[in-house]
Amino acid sequence: MHVGILGAGVAGLVTAIELAGRGARVEIVERAPDHARACAWVAGGMLAPWCEQATAEPQVAALGAPAIAWWQRHFAGTVQRGTLIVAASRDAGELDLFGRRTERFEPIDAECIGALEPELAGRFRQGLFFPDEAHLDPRHALPALAAQLAAMGVTIRYGVDADVARIDADRTVDCRGLAARDTLEDLRGVRGEMIVVRSSDIRLTRPVRLLHPRFGLYVVPRGDGVFMLGGTLLESGSDDPMTVRSAMDLLNAAYALHPAFAEAEILELGVGVRPAFPDNLPRVLRHGRNVYLNGLYRHGFLLAPAMAQQAARLIFHHT
Amino acid sequence: MNLYGIELASRLLLGSARYPSPAVLAEAVRASGSEVVTVSLRREAGTQRSGQDFWSLIRDLGVRVLPNTAGCHSIKEAVTTAKMARDIFHTAWIKLEVIGDADMLQPDVFGLVEAAAELAADGFEVFPYTTEDLVVADRLLQAGCRVLMPWGAPIGSGRGLNNVFGLRALRARFPDVPLIVDAGIGRPSHAVQAMELGVDGVLLNTAVAMAGDPVAMAGAFARAIEAGRAGFEAQPMEPRDFAVPSTPVAGTAWLA
Repeated sequence: MHVGILGAGVAGLVTAIELAGRGARVEIVERAPDHARACAWVAGGMLAPWCEQATAEPQVAALGAPAIAWWQRHFAGTVQRGTLIVAASRDAGELDLFGRRTERFEPIDAECIGALEPELAGRFRQGLFFPDEAHLDPRHALPALAAQLAAMGVTIRYGVDADVARIDADRTVDCRGLAARDTLEDLRGVRGEMIVVRSSDIRLTRPVRLLHPRFGLYVVPRGDGVFMLGGTLLESGSDDPMTVRSAMDLLNAAYALHPAFAEAEILELGVGVRPAFPDNLPRVLRHGRNVYLNGLYRHGFLLAPAMAQQAARLIFHHT
Repeated sequence: MNLYGIELASRLLLGSARYPSPAVLAEAVRASGSEVVTVSLRREAGTQRSGQDFWSLIRDLGVRVLPNTAGCHSIKEAVTTAKMARDIFHTAWIKLEVIGDADMLQPDVFGLVEAAAELAADGFEVFPYTTEDLVVADRLLQAGCRVLMPWGAPIGSGRGLNNVFGLRALRARFPDVPLIVDAGIGRPSHAVQAMELGVDGVLLNTAVAMAGDPVAMAGAFARAIEAGRAGFEAQPMEPRDFAVPSTPVAGTAWLA
């Protein structure tokens, strides 16, 4: 079985691993020169299926929970230290609401927050701790998968803009994300923005989310004092540079989480446009010899393994 | 309810922001029976072209679109956004928000009156998001508004009606102007209370969008608004400070 995959973002790479692991001869075609233009490149890389229950459909947690073990098997940099959720005292109601809609967490007090993340000691009176969740750095994870694929004999041709009709293979899997809108008409773009900062004054060991009625924030530690700040979600297909308003919202929220962020250096302002279907749920579809894997929305790393396995079953067993 | 010459069967206007997904939004609109959906231009997209996916989803809902100027803090910003909205949605309707306080999202009523006059002169049919202030309401009508949208409480606060007396006074002073309570409604009971005061309609967003089950909540609000209106029209009794037996007791035989 020879399978051609379009797109070397997280969906394409994970699908290649699943197919090559089942014995297929796999080739990936990527129009960009590297991974840096995939929306996965600016993703948070949080494997947080239970936190996502706060806003996502129940299927997301069900499909996403096995992803933690998948990434631990395929990427040594996967860190399982849980997720910490905090809110300012005046927003305590947000914590109650978050807790009502999620599971697999422990409500924790100030002392426990300080024990988990000493930098946050004394700053928050209550929080929620999701001990089973994990995170990874997409900028290490994607190249690691590419290296693993190379070792499995999979070639990735970068800088090649091919469509499914011109790929010489028994089957194709289209993992182009938003670029597949030429075929999947109900795909839309949902814009996300992130800021990378560096601070030698703050040490966090796990993703921390600050709840707020207006501006949600997550901070994901990348090591060496580098942190990714994210959380904006805009109904827009634009990949134009970040607006001042979004930057202010994210930076203000980070400052509210810890005042030392005021002295952090801004390393990068990033924008990604995530592909989503109208229900914000992922799909694996088949049209003839072509399979389409798309609509991972804001859950690329969380949902790619389950969807890649669905695609692989479709290709090998036609189910 | 008649808004700018358009007869509407539903008295519920629904906002389109912050739903879990566009699919849930579409289902919530159906469940609400609402015939008018508001949409923000500024918040959902930085530039005119980029929000098109979402705007075409809104158009596909098959209901009347009431674009809004949410997030605008100056007259100029609000007027520009209104004109952009007219081009995109081909409607003269505009829900005018000019925010004066970033924390409470309280309207800047001075800027609001000025922007409303400018837009009305340009042919817009303006739905101003205002406070319950009688004088401001009068100025908005002078500026050319034919509908008023007083707040119940600050946007997104879900606190219900903060000033029942003020809303009642507004109703009494302007009996023939459509009044839509916009903002601050958190629960169906708040909507019932507003409708029982005799306002013409209610505009909601967060209370439905951020509910655990937005579709079910949309249906709950639809029924609450119908019940509140029916209660108002049926002329409710006045509360009394003593008990009055509902069955006359005079002449009743007492069997001891």
